[in-house]
Amino acid sequence: MCDQDLARALAGDLKGNFEQLVLAYQDRLYAFALRLVGNAHDAEEIAQDTFLRAYQALTTYPAERRRDLAPRPWLYRIALNVTRNRRRSGHAPATSLNADGPEDRQPIDCAESPDAWVERSELSVRLVATLALLPERYRIALLLRHVAGLGYGEMAAALNRPVGTVKSDVHRATSIVRQALGGELSEVGGSR
Amino acid sequence: MMETQHATAPSARQLVDALREIGTNQAPASLLPAVMSAAGLGIACAPYHSVLGAVLVAYRGSQICGLRLASQATEFERELAERYGVPIYRLGVLPANLARAVRRRLGGERTPIQTDLSGLTPFEQAVLAKTQEIPYGEVRPYAWIAREIGAPRAVRAVGSALANNPIPLVIPCHRVVRSDGRLGNYSLGGGEAKRTMLRAEGSDPDELEKLARDGVRYVGSDTTRIFCFPTCRHARRVTERHRVSFKSDAEAAASGYRPCRVCRPVTGLTA
Repeated sequence: MCDQDLARALAGDLKGNFEQLVLAYQDRLYAFALRLVGNAHDAEEIAQDTFLRAYQALTTYPAERRRDLAPRPWLYRIALNVTRNRRRSGHAPATSLNADGPEDRQPIDCAESPDAWVERSELSVRLVATLALLPERYRIALLLRHVAGLGYGEMAAALNRPVGTVKSDVHRATSIVRQALGGELSEVGGSR
Repeated sequence: MMETQHATAPSARQLVDALREIGTNQAPASLLPAVMSAAGLGIACAPYHSVLGAVLVAYRGSQICGLRLASQATEFERELAERYGVPIYRLGVLPANLARAVRRRLGGERTPIQTDLSGLTPFEQAVLAKTQEIPYGEVRPYAWIAREIGAPRAVRAVGSALANNPIPLVIPCHRVVRSDGRLGNYSLGGGEAKRTMLRAEGSDPDELEKLARDGVRYVGSDTTRIFCFPTCRHARRVTERHRVSFKSDAEAAASGYRPCRVCRPVTGLTA
């Protein structure tokens, strides 16, 4: 079901069709949250809270507003808010979301079995570690663009920032990560 | 510490591919049931291994709303669907937080556990709430529940309410027995299952029945001159030498004994 059909279905029978929205987005939102906070437990809670908030919000929207909804940027926006609120309310993230200094760097639990690691390319394995150390703003930009697959317009909507800013964040993030992956590993993800 | 190694920077294309690759994790199977049940749009149902074998625990959000033998799964799901009018989501494992809460509760810890008893009458809810006050390893008569909730004549209704206990084990209806000392019925697999549960908690059902056959309803101590239900923790620590048995509260009162304030055994009613 495409996003437009989903929105139409939600405008009609919200209770009956909400499951469709969860089925359509649960893997993507979970994967996004997993790479954002770095551990499976928090990621599951964030995905769960995101859908719950989404449902609660939808019940207050008139049918017209539900029909006009673009579910994708809207859901990621909620997910980002949920993550921010959890951090404020004292849920310690496994990786600091403001990992600017080395003192903020904490071990990441990548939440995958060794088998899964073997199957993934060596580059992705290093990428996971590198991402965890990126400043939040850049990590979010990269994740929204390439893990969640949002367009720049959708990202701008999800982040409530101008398209130009969003584009430059993605560009900057890409170059930081490429450089980090090309440099000395011990400086980037060496604590693991 | 990882060995220092040099790598060439990946191309932008390679980086994008790698980002896609790390974004392919599947959501855990518990996510959909958790969301749907917390939103009130579904009931989740997952197995738990108890002393009585595999049981299914039904819940919505963090509230447990049902428990049944796994062998009665189909019937259980049909009843839940009727009671709540929402779809039932079957899960392979109980979420860790609920499993922990159930395990603690069944192990005798008096940790709070969230239950959903909506749809039951206020009387049934009062019976089940009172049942939860009976300590691990102890038993109380049906008549005791009736009296404690202010409906001393409703002993049979207490029996029905317990027979319809939607969450046996968690709400320990196995700790409620007949006033004549016989164990009585049990919704989760009959009288034998009730014996198993009581034994698992350290009670001795054979001893309870023997006391009942001998007409012993209460046990007192001749030093404190207090009488209790035989399984009350204060009765069990009375040494053999000071132990006194009573056939009725009237007999105990006539001997100058007062009822225990913990197990509150005052009643002349029989089931």
